[in-house]
Amino acid sequence: MKKTFADLHLRLNVKDHTTALQVITKAAALGYRLIAVPFPPETRRDEVAKLKAVCNEAKIDFASRIDLRPKTQNELMYQLRRLRRKTEIICVNCENKQVARQAAKDHRVDLLNFPLLDFRRRFFDRAEAELASNSLAALEIDVKPLLALEGPARIRFLSSLRREAAIAKEFHLPIVVSSGVSEAKLLRKPREMAALTFLFGLDKASALKAVSQEPAAIVKRNREKLSAKFVAPGIRVIKEGKDC
Amino acid sequence: MDAVWSAVAKLYGEYGASLTSLALIDYDVEKKTAVIRTSLATVDLVRASLASITSVAGREAAVHVLAVSGTIKALRMKVRR
Repeated sequence: MKKTFADLHLRLNVKDHTTALQVITKAAALGYRLIAVPFPPETRRDEVAKLKAVCNEAKIDFASRIDLRPKTQNELMYQLRRLRRKTEIICVNCENKQVARQAAKDHRVDLLNFPLLDFRRRFFDRAEAELASNSLAALEIDVKPLLALEGPARIRFLSSLRREAAIAKEFHLPIVVSSGVSEAKLLRKPREMAALTFLFGLDKASALKAVSQEPAAIVKRNREKLSAKFVAPGIRVIKEGKDC
Repeated sequence: MDAVWSAVAKLYGEYGASLTSLALIDYDVEKKTAVIRTSLATVDLVRASLASITSVAGREAAVHVLAVSGTIKALRMKVRR
């Protein structure tokens, strides 16, 4: 069966339509069939709809995403309550340990992202992985720094990713590999993204899963939940009305 | 080819680069496509290195793999398809 390749982290400026169109067209040409663009929570619906229309034109599926940067656990809970039913993907940028732990155990969080270059604040350890493996969250890894960094910074970044990937594997935590880019020239083909993950120790099967099955599964699961027919996990309305 | 060698050496070091047996077979200036040879065991290593290239001769660039094959004949057929 043909794989559906996905990039769940394209940083596009909604207001800059030319660049957005350029990046989306390039993503489609490189073989992606599903993309997600993070929007600030206050983004207007018509702006999202415009971007969705651009994606439809490029024959690429579009998923809405919100990146949360809460400073406290309470702020995270509040934002999740407010936004979960409005968006398909919720990613939490864990900037402190309390938020990271809360995000890992909350079933409403889809992706856990950690500060890319601040290695002391990458709180992904065994405890975090254990919590996340019991919920539905996946670890998101952006490959952009692998392209942008050089020398000791890249070495440090790779070593940190290698440690995190090994922990995720140990706890059977899904890994989602995204580009995290905002320019078309930094986009890479899905298989090239998978090849870049070999640098931090993913095997071929897991690498391909991280750019296809895992992200697609998150979007599918959330679309199901957001549909009007969803009642609870495993229960949905099939028929309504007098003939039931 | 310098960009490719340099990317491989940056990511895997000189020892890693020496394992790849990299060689340029063909380069089409008009189509901007190149055929490069590498040993089977290091295909993924070279693929990762090519993906990490962000500039060639001081100008921003990206390198994409069009096809991988065991023989040049099969490779050309794949690319034509």
